[in-house]
Amino acid sequence: MIITLTVNGQPRTAEIAGWESLLWVLRERLGLPGAKDACLQGECGSCSVVLDGELVCSCLVMAADAEGARVTTAEGLGTIEQPHPVQQAFVDHGAVQCGYCTPGLVVAVAHLLERHPDASDDDLREALSGNLCRCTGYGSVLRAVAALRKEQA
Amino acid sequence: MQILRPRDLDGALDALAAHPDASLLAGGTDLMVEVNLEHRRPETVIALRRVGELAEWRDGFIGATVTYARMERERLPALAELARTVGSPQIRAAGTLGGNLGTASPAGDALPFLAALDAQVVLASAEGRRRLPWDEFLLGPGHTALRPGELVLGVELPDTVPARQAFAKIGVRQAMVIATVNCCVVRHDDGATRVAMGAVGPTVLRAREAEALVAGVAEPSPQLLDEFQRLVSKEVQPITDHRSTAEYRRHAAGVLARRTLERCLHR
Repeated sequence: MIITLTVNGQPRTAEIAGWESLLWVLRERLGLPGAKDACLQGECGSCSVVLDGELVCSCLVMAADAEGARVTTAEGLGTIEQPHPVQQAFVDHGAVQCGYCTPGLVVAVAHLLERHPDASDDDLREALSGNLCRCTGYGSVLRAVAALRKEQA
Repeated sequence: MQILRPRDLDGALDALAAHPDASLLAGGTDLMVEVNLEHRRPETVIALRRVGELAEWRDGFIGATVTYARMERERLPALAELARTVGSPQIRAAGTLGGNLGTASPAGDALPFLAALDAQVVLASAEGRRRLPWDEFLLGPGHTALRPGELVLGVELPDTVPARQAFAKIGVRQAMVIATVNCCVVRHDDGATRVAMGAVGPTVLRAREAEALVAGVAEPSPQLLDEFQRLVSKEVQPITDHRSTAEYRRHAAGVLARRTLERCLHR
């Protein structure tokens, strides 16, 4: 089966086998390994992407149903040379330990701040409740976002 | 595997008529878990997210593909409360009311709300539509009255939906948790009280003796609330599983129902 979708602003086509998740297609068919493959049941958030404007777990999206969709992954936010402000804030504040959950967290934070630039700390904690960091590095994530908001205020 | 992606309700019902045993896909939060874990490999999938009619929300009717994210924003207090306890923002953006009904988990968080309001489940097939009361639709864990070729169109709420309604849930954390016990209480203006309990029986159930005890009592005394709590604990039918024990659930159900009733009465 062939699907076409827009990934990080680029039209993409992928030949997929039945039952594949969007996560699998991003990583294995389209060469975008930012979204991470961990729990495969929507529990951990490491595969978070923005699909047609909504933050979702890409492991729970059937790729065949993403025909025509617009998808943004961590790769679509910024580059090494020109990181997204959220990515830069994570770098500046060491909001990374093993790094596995980081792309999902960055996508989730960027999505929240885009929709609610004045989100409170409580809003942020709520917004990240589905992104697990098993290094328990949440403190530095919150500090990074607080610093970013101060900068942008 | 083949996937059908109908663009309207007629298209979806035609697809279902041609493939009566197809798996229905909306938010994917249940189906894709089974697919990823290789517990399920459906031959035919009918994807419903392009069917606008299923996402409708109008007076007294909530469509099957309305998401928890949307329920959080609407003005039914208990529905908004329950939606906020489901999964994470990612899950709430995807998971739907119809999925909660179709999956028929004893712990489904939307189900106590539907039971407390005596909602009707509206089913559609190429042959036509039918309505079933919630307790004739939900038959057991993972088991519903849905027939091959049928889908859940949505739910119909009664003409009067009281403003005094509340939902509460017990789990091991505040997010990303399946209920150990959940509860919805609705209080009508004439004092009639409805108490629906989830995760403490094969399907959501109503604590009818407890309901009758507090019916019409404007300010229940602590003694009456003690008795209410005792009756709820008596009426539930919990089991021990990997999430909790029957003993804990029985105790917690009474306490949770009492607190939810008190919150409801003061709205």
